Amino acid sequence: MVRLLLSLIIFWSAQSLAVIETYEFSSPELELRYKALSQELRCPKCQNQNIADSNAPISRDLRAIVHEQLEAGATDEEIIEFLVDRYGEFVRYRPGMDSNTLWLWSAPVILLMMAVAIVVTQIRKDRDGRTISANAERANRLREKFDRGPS
Amino acid sequence: MQPLKRFLPLAAFLLLVVLLVRGLSLDPTELPSARLGDSLPDFNLPVLGESVLRQAEDWRGEPALINVWATWCFSCRVEHPYLLELAQNGVTIYGLNYKDDPEKALVWLDDLGDPYTETVVDKDGLFGLDLGVYGAPETYVIDASGVVRHRHVGVVNEQVWIEQLAPYFEAGLTAGGSE
Repeated sequence: MVRLLLSLIIFWSAQSLAVIETYEFSSPELELRYKALSQELRCPKCQNQNIADSNAPISRDLRAIVHEQLEAGATDEEIIEFLVDRYGEFVRYRPGMDSNTLWLWSAPVILLMMAVAIVVTQIRKDRDGRTISANAERANRLREKFDRGPS
Repeated sequence: MQPLKRFLPLAAFLLLVVLLVRGLSLDPTELPSARLGDSLPDFNLPVLGESVLRQAEDWRGEPALINVWATWCFSCRVEHPYLLELAQNGVTIYGLNYKDDPEKALVWLDDLGDPYTETVVDKDGLFGLDLGVYGAPETYVIDASGVVRHRHVGVVNEQVWIEQLAPYFEAGLTAGGSE
């Protein structure tokens, strides 16, 4: 059983390797950058895969472009810009900062600041004893009501 | 203060409903071309079946469709009859034979008819890449000065023509599609 499973796994992984071609790089540093870039670039055709995982023809072409430009000495920014020029911001899984993505990038900071503000005001209130006294006041009122009984 | 607070959850709920309804009407697969408003990228490609080269400037002068097609593309066969109809009605259609075998492409046009004013051969898909093509069929509209105005991904049919493409041709054409 284990043997069968193992052979199945090996068969599977061999198959999934077979769809993606491999490239030779002149330096290990380029290969690392290639891996990082192809993980970060989005396949325009399949839309929910990066170009490293996709076997769509267009992803194959884009990988070839990334490889070619890396070997030609282009920087990561140049390669991303080249593709954004052609396929739009859509190809970036890590979108840049512009008027469209301003809220996307600033929302976490704004929410965090709001949370901090709420916590701080709450703590201050408690320290001043305002919340406590307000609660005590309410308790007193209720007690009075009950003491008086139904009218 | 107290009555207002009571409606806070309802308000939050309504806001969420508005957001979700908006989300339903969005099509995440719609991908506007990055080339809209730019001139057609430069190319220097052979005309299918001839030994002439074409450049982007050669396609200026009147609004036209650029249809990206290939013999391996099933949907291209589906839209082909409608392209023939458009061509008969006087629409200029340039073909971009995308990552295809030119021999097969010629046979295809012989068998099915040729709606294209001319077809250029982009065998390795490099011009397609410059244009932002990510599959076939895709159809672009260029205006008289060679600026990319619209991109439609998928089959061109009468509805697509009337709703998306025809407006760009209205100045020069009285009737497109069926008469």
